[in-house]
Amino acid sequence: MRFGVVVFPGSNCDADCYHVVDQVMGHPVTYLWHGDKDLKNVDCIILPGGFSYGDYLRTGAIARFSPIMDKVVEFGEKGGFILGICNGFQILTETGLLPGALIRNPSLRFICKDSYLRVEQNETPFTGKYQSKQVIKVPIAHGEGSYVADKETLEKMEKAGQIVFRYSTSQGEITQEANPNGSARNIAGIINEKGNILGMMPHPERCAEAILGGEDGKLLFESLINWWQGGKA
Amino acid sequence: MSRELWKEMGLTQEEYTKIQEILEREPNEVELGMFATMWSEHCSYKTSKPVLRTFPTEGPRILQGPGENAGIVDIGDGQAAVFKIESHNHPSAIEPYQGAATGVGGIIRDIFTMGARPVAVLDSLRFGPLKSKKSRFLLDGVVAGIAGYGNCIGIPTIGGDIYFHPSYEDNCLVNVLCIGLIDQKDIAKGTAAGPGNPVMVVGARTGRDGIHGCTFASEELSEDSEERRPAVQVGDPFMEKLLLEACLELIKTGYVVGMQDMGAAGLTSSSCEMASRAGTGIEMDVAKVPRRETGMNPYEIMISESQERMLVVPKQGKEEEVKKIFAKWGLEAVVVGQVTDDGFMTIKEGEKVVARVPAKALTDMCPAYTSEAVEPEYIGPAQSYDLSTLPEMEDYSQTLLSLLGTCTIASKEWIFRQYDHMVGLNTIVQPGSDAAVLRIKGTNKALAATVDCNARYVYLNPYAGGKIAVAEAARNLVCSGALPLGLSDCLNFGNPGKPEIFWQFKEAARGMSEACLELETPVTGGNVSFHNETKGEAIYPTPVVGMVGLIKDLSHVTTMNFKKEGDIIILLGENKDELGGSTYISVIHGLEAGNAPEIDLKLEKLVQRSTLELIKEGFVTAAHDCAEGGLAVALAECCIAGNIGADVNLTDGIRGSSLLFGESQSRVIITVPKEKIDAALQRLKKLEVPYKVLGNVGGKALQIVGTGWKLRLDTAELEEKYREAIPCIMNS
Repeated sequence: MRFGVVVFPGSNCDADCYHVVDQVMGHPVTYLWHGDKDLKNVDCIILPGGFSYGDYLRTGAIARFSPIMDKVVEFGEKGGFILGICNGFQILTETGLLPGALIRNPSLRFICKDSYLRVEQNETPFTGKYQSKQVIKVPIAHGEGSYVADKETLEKMEKAGQIVFRYSTSQGEITQEANPNGSARNIAGIINEKGNILGMMPHPERCAEAILGGEDGKLLFESLINWWQGGKA
Repeated sequence: MSRELWKEMGLTQEEYTKIQEILEREPNEVELGMFATMWSEHCSYKTSKPVLRTFPTEGPRILQGPGENAGIVDIGDGQAAVFKIESHNHPSAIEPYQGAATGVGGIIRDIFTMGARPVAVLDSLRFGPLKSKKSRFLLDGVVAGIAGYGNCIGIPTIGGDIYFHPSYEDNCLVNVLCIGLIDQKDIAKGTAAGPGNPVMVVGARTGRDGIHGCTFASEELSEDSEERRPAVQVGDPFMEKLLLEACLELIKTGYVVGMQDMGAAGLTSSSCEMASRAGTGIEMDVAKVPRRETGMNPYEIMISESQERMLVVPKQGKEEEVKKIFAKWGLEAVVVGQVTDDGFMTIKEGEKVVARVPAKALTDMCPAYTSEAVEPEYIGPAQSYDLSTLPEMEDYSQTLLSLLGTCTIASKEWIFRQYDHMVGLNTIVQPGSDAAVLRIKGTNKALAATVDCNARYVYLNPYAGGKIAVAEAARNLVCSGALPLGLSDCLNFGNPGKPEIFWQFKEAARGMSEACLELETPVTGGNVSFHNETKGEAIYPTPVVGMVGLIKDLSHVTTMNFKKEGDIIILLGENKDELGGSTYISVIHGLEAGNAPEIDLKLEKLVQRSTLELIKEGFVTAAHDCAEGGLAVALAECCIAGNIGADVNLTDGIRGSSLLFGESQSRVIITVPKEKIDAALQRLKKLEVPYKVLGNVGGKALQIVGTGWKLRLDTAELEEKYREAIPCIMNS
């Protein structure tokens, strides 16, 4: 499975995503420059974390106008796999590929720590290797990670099973204390209706190697590769 | 030239006369501005140089010592670690967010100037006690500034140290260490070699911000300092991220002859330092420098400290290639002049020469000052203060809780949680441990780094305190499984014109030098920050040591958390009956007195070597240095981090307070699995290091039993006190 990691000016988790696909998963990966329009025949596009365009104006607001984004949107609408992590998730909501928006954490502070997530939906190409309701430990690192959407959208996503990850306690309880950033309904990650575009604030690439403190994120990449190779979600 | 002008710029009569002699004429305003900035204490080290020359700077691992933008140590396999620490104290005291942010930005540029990819940042911070609103404001702003810059540029902030003390109330300290990784073949230097080569300004445009930042840094803070806020630069981490990527891409091409960031004294310092190092001159036209304001005169352009700019000297004929790379990153790269062979800085505006000064005059000819050094009057009474008669606390458990709840000791999670400490996928030991540890991808090695300085010791006994600062940094690295390689220092003191302050400076440096020699950790560079005074009151002398070490095998990485029920706890080193300078007497008795703890460098080295030997031989499951709060706090920290208790017996014939909370040096706690204990003790005997078996890990409480007393606390209670102290104050 060929991966492409988009590099916007100010992306800073691009090399991390590249490293995980290349060194940990052993799959081909290439960088996609924001100013290009060539997707280099990749099978999955990763929009990495970071501060594209310095987060100026609004997170992700400028990046969506990068030349490559037209191609990314087209790719996604045709069913291509897109994984947006952190700033990548913010960009996906700005393009409209995913509903809702990410606003500032209520604490008004940047938060970097491990968070527990409950896998709400394991019947997606990105989560097939997780157990339903499995609790995983994945780090967050953001200042604007509070997910918001109107009630109708939230209800619709709930019904369609589009809510993939929720912040939880280590025991899997969905509580206010377990919600680090005030996200609506503890939402940490969502998927589009078609099931090919996933956006999440936590960083699975930061927990794909035991030496970094955990491997829960590796399963996400494994799930995707497994799906691609004809396995089941 | 009016007397007012050169005085206003901070020059002395002697210096002004010397400038006239060098030029054999009156300097004009532009030239005067260049001299004033380059001869400021901040840039010239005119007062500290004679002392700095006494530091040991050479060793088998040192690839680059002081004099360049950063020091470099050999870490094997053709790789090297590049690192440097710098202060940004005065700007942070006036405008904490931008002051701290540009402090981070500046030191990061020093690292990638050398061609290295910056991989980590550590900060050493000092504030007044958090009970004051101002200190909370400063802490909040400084932490947000460090986070704002570091998180955005994507370099993890992986550790640091922080102390709260009234002497920093109006003059906080913000020292930032940055570490980079490089293949030795890619090392770039800040030299403008090869007459005829073009000189290019790259990165951000030049504005009027930060004019006279370095002269501002070289004077005392006062009530008028608020008006200096425009001398504080404004940072743009996004711009710097682009600059970083473009510069590293450029260096890979091999087109670069020399490169230097524009920090203090901006275009003036970068150009004359590069020319001076190469023994060349530079001719440049300020009219060609891209500006973001109209109407800037040559004087302003030459000394502006606008951030995120670099001066690049590429090989002749490669200008277009350079421009292409910068354009890819959306940045400007403009040829402003060329390298000459006459040794002069010739500054033009269009065709008109607006300044002409020998490059070496700016960098090397500033008069050096040998200040008078006199022992301060407080030293004698403080050191001879009789601490033997202090009443013993009845309840050691309560005392331990009080110490754990003291901001200087308590968990710093509130701070490091605001820093992205994970980006880069190298951080394998989280902040809050003895040292931060970064793996080096593609190898089985890791780097360890720490910043340390207990300024109370330095205040009470600068010579011993200087030694301890170095020794503790090395000890922290060793506890993480690393061999210390070298250090970068940030020497924060008061006004060196005062003989008492200069004495502190000299004595601290003397202690540091001795420790560097004994522990084989040469100085690779650093920074001096004088004039940390407000209304005539100096800060505690604070020579911060930033040290880098190499972990040769990932299996040697060691952390402080107690791991397993039944592991045996061993103390390496000796307990002494000394309370001088301890956090205990400060917090419990309200005393800043006594002598600093004794430090025997031979013993220190033996303890460190033994710790590292045992780690390498696979005996050690946890290691932790005994520092502020003594043995009791160290044990509590190991329990809290491991979420497990410990049973300890202390039988030395020493009073309980000293045994538990005294801060005797050269002590390390290690744990060894039960099944390996006999072999481990044999090893220790062979190493001839003093040690004591203290007890074992287990249960849910920390229990320490002494002669006639007992301390017992649930780890949950320890943890609550330790974790909640700072959030409790800052979130209220």
